[in-house]
Amino acid sequence: MIPLSAYVAVSAVLFATGLLGVLIRRNFIIVLMSVEIILNAATINLVAFSHYLDSMQGQIVALFIIAIAAGEAAIGLAIIIVVFRGKISTNVDEMNLLKW
Amino acid sequence: MAFVFFSYFAVVSIVAGILVVSLKHPVQCGLALLALLLHVSGLFIMLNAEFLWAVQVIVYAGAILVLYLFVLMLLNLKTDDRYFHAKTPYLLAPAALGLLYLLFSLAQSPFRGAKGDATPTAILQSGDAHAIGIKMFSEYLLQFEIIGVFLTGAIVGAIVLAKAPKSIETRRDA
Repeated sequence: MIPLSAYVAVSAVLFATGLLGVLIRRNFIIVLMSVEIILNAATINLVAFSHYLDSMQGQIVALFIIAIAAGEAAIGLAIIIVVFRGKISTNVDEMNLLKW
Repeated sequence: MAFVFFSYFAVVSIVAGILVVSLKHPVQCGLALLALLLHVSGLFIMLNAEFLWAVQVIVYAGAILVLYLFVLMLLNLKTDDRYFHAKTPYLLAPAALGLLYLLFSLAQSPFRGAKGDATPTAILQSGDAHAIGIKMFSEYLLQFEIIGVFLTGAIVGAIVLAKAPKSIETRRDA
């Protein structure tokens, strides 16, 4: 039997990896991918607690997280396409104008 | 046996996560993200969440990741040699310290809470998808509807953002 803390530790490491990716990468698409890593870490946490506490709620919230990740990816990638069409670099440290 | 599978899924998903953050080429990052998503879905199987496993493989690996790869290949971005942020060395140490503190506080937590009624035997009687469906469409119906409205808004927003404003003008001129 694997302890709950093992799953929570995996989730914590993945969360830290994703947070670091959001902070250090320059490419906007990779930043969005790191956000997906963070959401996956949250999902692991919810499903693990759902299993160990004999409750269904965690799995349902995990489903909602997956739906929100889908919406976030669609909107984020649409924003990237708009920024790229404006001949602006997709590096996050060079995007400093809200209007162009 | 369960420990072997757990450690395989855990180690590979962590390594894939580190590769997503550290690889240079965005398409390679996308493929590493695919490996991460599939191994996280393996963790869901270990936790008796078969329905979430299917949703993870179909929606995440099948739809979201393909969207990422489409945009990557559509834009054909060239990566700069300097693909990390300029302040990266200052961020690594606080991130490592924060992770250590997080793991330290996790090691001290007792992880106790009120037990629910969805025991593994109760779920096995009718299946995981059935249990989720009953709960989702009774107790969480409002949240489910809100997610539906959210996804509709996201689709409309993505189309409005990404549609080319110039092409309509040129068509009118011609």
